[in-house]
Amino acid sequence: MHALLGENGAGKSTLMNVLYGLHHPDEGQMFLRGEPVHIGSPREAIGLKIGMVHQHFMLIPVMTVAENVVLASEPTKGAMLDRNAAEERVRELSQRFGLRVDPRAYVEDIGVGQQQRVEILRVLHRGAEVLILDEPTAVLTAQEIADLFGVLRALTAEGVSVIFITHKLKEVLEIADRVTVLRRGKKIDTVSTEGATEASLAKLMVGRDVLFRLDKAQAKPGEPLLDVRGLEALDDRDLPALRGLDLQVRAGEIVGLAGVDGNGQSELVECIAGLRTPTGGHIEVGGVDITGAGVRDALAAGVGHIAEDRHRRGLILDFTLAENLALREYKRESRWGLLSPKQMRRMAAPLLEQYDVRGGTPDTPAGSLSGGNQQKCVIARELAEEPQVTIAAQPTRGLDVGAIEFVHRRLIEQRDAGRGVLLVSLELEEIRSLADRILVIYEGRVVGEFPPDTTEEELGVYMTGGGAKAGAA
Amino acid sequence: MSDAGLGGPGSGEGPATLTVANRLSGYIRGGGVLIPIVTALIAFFIGGIVIALAGANPIDTYRAIFEGSGLNWLLPWVSGEDRTLAALNLQQTLILTAPLILTGLAVAFAFRAGLFNIGGNGQYLIGSYGAVYAASSFEGMPGWLHIIVAMVAGAVVGALWGGIAGFLKAATGANEVISTIMLNYTALYMGLYFFGTNGPLHSSDPANASIPVSNDILADTHLPVFWGDPELQGLHIGIFIAVGVTALFWVLLNRSTTGYEVRAVGFNPDAAEYGGISAGRNYVKVMLICGAFAGLAGAIDVLGWQYRIATIDVQVSLIGFTGIAVALLGRNTAVGTAIAALLFAALQNGTSVRNLDPTVFEPELATNLATVIQGLIVLFVSAPVLVTMFSPARLRRRRARRARGAEASS
Repeated sequence: MHALLGENGAGKSTLMNVLYGLHHPDEGQMFLRGEPVHIGSPREAIGLKIGMVHQHFMLIPVMTVAENVVLASEPTKGAMLDRNAAEERVRELSQRFGLRVDPRAYVEDIGVGQQQRVEILRVLHRGAEVLILDEPTAVLTAQEIADLFGVLRALTAEGVSVIFITHKLKEVLEIADRVTVLRRGKKIDTVSTEGATEASLAKLMVGRDVLFRLDKAQAKPGEPLLDVRGLEALDDRDLPALRGLDLQVRAGEIVGLAGVDGNGQSELVECIAGLRTPTGGHIEVGGVDITGAGVRDALAAGVGHIAEDRHRRGLILDFTLAENLALREYKRESRWGLLSPKQMRRMAAPLLEQYDVRGGTPDTPAGSLSGGNQQKCVIARELAEEPQVTIAAQPTRGLDVGAIEFVHRRLIEQRDAGRGVLLVSLELEEIRSLADRILVIYEGRVVGEFPPDTTEEELGVYMTGGGAKAGAA
Repeated sequence: MSDAGLGGPGSGEGPATLTVANRLSGYIRGGGVLIPIVTALIAFFIGGIVIALAGANPIDTYRAIFEGSGLNWLLPWVSGEDRTLAALNLQQTLILTAPLILTGLAVAFAFRAGLFNIGGNGQYLIGSYGAVYAASSFEGMPGWLHIIVAMVAGAVVGALWGGIAGFLKAATGANEVISTIMLNYTALYMGLYFFGTNGPLHSSDPANASIPVSNDILADTHLPVFWGDPELQGLHIGIFIAVGVTALFWVLLNRSTTGYEVRAVGFNPDAAEYGGISAGRNYVKVMLICGAFAGLAGAIDVLGWQYRIATIDVQVSLIGFTGIAVALLGRNTAVGTAIAALLFAALQNGTSVRNLDPTVFEPELATNLATVIQGLIVLFVSAPVLVTMFSPARLRRRRARRARGAEASS
């Protein structure tokens, strides 16, 4: 098992796309089983027994697991799909590699972890001997990751080679035999994971020492700034997502909200940011009731919101950086309904410098920046207004260690300046290292409050609905 | 070819679902003027093949169309009788350019908000009804005021007509493509009813009892003619109004908070919402503005040269549809739309039966030729692949950019 490690934009995905025939190399050669090969298309790659599981699954939701697995190489009976043979084949494969999944289930009904198994099964069905996994753990919970690693170990035991793309150091150490580190499109080194540490890998990846332990002073919590009481809200399918949630964020503290994805985190964040109207309960920021008040009023009350998905919500990729930085406050900068591009640029330039946004001037379209710099741009906009409470939803998702460090420092700065931060993250490690208090959310309620040194296992129990119901925070 | 990307900046991370409107607005987003020029040239080239297949000489035919459009007036060496004729032709071309600019802007503005306004024709018709009603009523009002009232009437009813589609989209999510198409028909048949021989707005002149027309507008509401003979349909001031609105469009889109909101919603409605911009409210606002543009076009035609509405003209009206092609070729920019409007007006006027030299190309086929070229332009704009094929270097760059995009999202 070989891991490919590198920062965002280091060239990991491009390299894999070349291997899979999606991109063509400008120069250089590839060797497979000692033979030089040229891979012109995914079809040729499959012919060479190379299989790839993409970060974003390519399954057809309205078809069954078995149908998805055999797609494009279906066993037929006459002109018809031989459903039984397909299901049999899936059962056989899943038994052999320990990939438990019901061949008759519809893909739209099964969870993300199961869908990933279907993807892997599909690749195995085509006889792959080299399996490429692009950031396979990004969408999985801790338990699902453990299951996936079990499967991958079974695969390597059967003689399948696995290439595992990631920027998570811990996973590399846990699962891989060897690691190749990429930086800016160049191979830095290939090392054995034996004897390697997170710090040594991070250094190879970033090119300098990275601090894992965040130096932060003891929190000095003050007045409550954000007060959420009995909040109820529906999700996009009009099902209850929040069922009487209570939480408080005080001045000068970072509160971490831990939970398995889909337990109401997104809805909570949207309610506080004014993007979703609660069906019950109250939200107060600095003593001002902003329940269902809308984005502008939430903003005016002092809510900063680092959105979960910077491409969907945080940025308009076709707008320039100056235009993006003005997204929250463009009205205030306007005169008689007119905006001055010159003024926007003048406001943007110092922010870009202060927040170390590299690779762009105020006139650069946001879409041409790397993920880390895009996120810095979002953070610059949200923190520039010095909001009373910053809601940071997955603020480091998809970022490399250097950028993560930057984001964490900024959040701690907010805290030390006597403002409040609500950190919503699926990464327990991030929450444990950053938060002063940890709240666990489960099925739309806060089910427990913990100090930051609580073990991941203990938090995991509460996150999955176990444990005695602790008093709401 | 320069970096005039079809997908525009950041095309590597385009929207996940590519609707027609998305794809077209992607085409429009890319900067640069080369792609529209190449698009037009290819369309003319294939049009030339069509001409040759019809048995005429393409070069002679295009020259005849050019002369028919009156654009040869701009050439200094055209003199004497030719020059007089060219002036007449050019006046006709510019009379047609004015409403085409406005219907083009009506489509372009919607595109910028991510909407596909196919309802320009209905908004144009409704606008013309409003203008003809206002200009044929209120006898005794001073002429200049009456003109303004009639134009405002046209723009306002056009705006309301467009606003219906915007409201339906905001309130119920109804697709604006469908609703604007339906509203086109509604506007058309309302005209047939209003001005039909038994209709409520049918001409009160007994001489017109059996002719389905409206009342004539009052003589003092005719737009002043500033070039040529008013009796021979000289050029009226509508073209200045259209150019003025083009400037307004530019300011509105690029320098106003409204334009900022419109563009934000057009690029990414979710992010716009995050910035406190309501997509629904903007859909209504945008469609009101689009309808006002197209309605004003209808008013200008009524006050400028039609002077009344005949149902037969309503039935064959296509100006709002041509506006779609104008906006596409003009890349939804202010200046681009104005230039594209001039091109299409010249093409239509140059191929009209009375202008095209019958010895060069059969006049019966000539009007169709304009339609063929228009159709080809729309085709190439909608399927930019055909144009990009001509630039392998660009394709390579695009692929590289997409690779970077994929990487950045990992």
